Amino acid sequence: MSKNAIIAGLVVFVATALFPFWFNIGGSNAAPEIELSERAKAARYCVLEKYDMRAEHMSLLDEWRDSVVRDADRLYKGTNGKSFNMSLSTGEDSCLGCHTDKEKFCDRCHNFVSVAPYCWECHTTPEEVTR
Amino acid sequence: MNQKYMLPLAGVVLLFLLAYAGVEGAGLQWFFGIVIPYLAVIAFIWGFVNRVMGWADSAVPFRIPTTCGQEKSLPWIKQNRIDNPDTAWGVFIRMVLEIFLFRSLFRNTKAAFHRDENNRLSYSWEIFLWLGALAFHYAFLVTAVRHLRFFMEPVPWCLKALEYMDGIVQLGLPNIFMSGLVLLAAALFLLARRIFDAKVSYISLAADYFPLFLIIGIAVTGIAMRYFTKVDVVGVKEFTMGIVTFQPVIPAGVGPLFYAHLFMVSVLIVYFPMSKLMHMGGIFLSPTRNMANNTRAKRHVNPWNYAVDVHTYEQYEDHFRDKMIEAGLPVDKKE
Repeated sequence: MSKNAIIAGLVVFVATALFPFWFNIGGSNAAPEIELSERAKAARYCVLEKYDMRAEHMSLLDEWRDSVVRDADRLYKGTNGKSFNMSLSTGEDSCLGCHTDKEKFCDRCHNFVSVAPYCWECHTTPEEVTR
Repeated sequence: MNQKYMLPLAGVVLLFLLAYAGVEGAGLQWFFGIVIPYLAVIAFIWGFVNRVMGWADSAVPFRIPTTCGQEKSLPWIKQNRIDNPDTAWGVFIRMVLEIFLFRSLFRNTKAAFHRDENNRLSYSWEIFLWLGALAFHYAFLVTAVRHLRFFMEPVPWCLKALEYMDGIVQLGLPNIFMSGLVLLAAALFLLARRIFDAKVSYISLAADYFPLFLIIGIAVTGIAMRYFTKVDVVGVKEFTMGIVTFQPVIPAGVGPLFYAHLFMVSVLIVYFPMSKLMHMGGIFLSPTRNMANNTRAKRHVNPWNYAVDVHTYEQYEDHFRDKMIEAGLPVDKKE
């Protein structure tokens, strides 16, 4: 192989390997800010602690789904001693009952890290219902 | 038990513990999260370029393609254009099939003695190495490309489509990504082959086991973070975007497992250019694959041929004519 062809291949390889760096020139490292509703702010607690909630909420929702659908058990006793109604989107006493704005609460982070949860293939947000 | 794999295994476990304890115990997030990854990227690029340039400088004076089919010959003899290419286009097809489908590995054979009174040696087709290698490399590719979601904001549709396809079995929450599991399973298979197949075990060295253990470690920590111990993904992306925009941040709430994962990836890319993993670049430069077998059609002159001072027969005869005539030997010119 000619040396020029090898160097051309190397240039392509280095450019590909460093893609994340040159693609983000002028970019920022800012994570999205989520907006809590007045009610959520006032409550000052959620089902789990903040960072646990960030990391674990999808597993929690998965367990809740099984518990509700299979065992008809809607009562969740949190580690912080409080009880919660296991429901994603129905009524005041549900996830979306407190975190009312899905776009500003769920979607901002999900979009940031490219997560497309299939919750909304079955569930609707309360806003969608009233609209 | 065999020190050829016990040492690399212990090494990988130590590397893991080093990063885990360094972050959890000593709070060295900035070291394992910022210093090491930047140094690793520099070492990787520098090492890779150096290695390939070294290869580019080495001489390939002769056409040495391995021929696996009929060479171009008389017009009524059918040539195998891919396995014995005589044109650049044939070579290109051959290389594409080699790089994307590992065609030469597909022909892998194994030698074994017949287990009967004849005890005859026979060769049989062995496809599992090819299958395992193909699964491993493609799963690794998909996993690596998937990780671009941490380095792009916004995440483009093509990455989302890839993630959708990778998670299409929709098992559990978060979705199972098939590529990660296939990667781990294939790496374990390739490891099992080296440990349990006596003939392969005999020719396996620490340098064969180390990258396997390292990749298994990376896959296990990655899978653990996604499905079991969980990690704050938004924090992780904040961190990765900080690295690639040169505004590094250490996010709160991201645990030591993440730094251990990152450290092992850093070690892997530093180790890459000095190891057998360079077959990634080397496959393009295999002279037995990337050359056309056209030595009968085209004259290839050794590029470093210099003008040799030759002594022709005419000069020889001029030199010895008298003596040759005297001895009665025939000469071209009498005078």
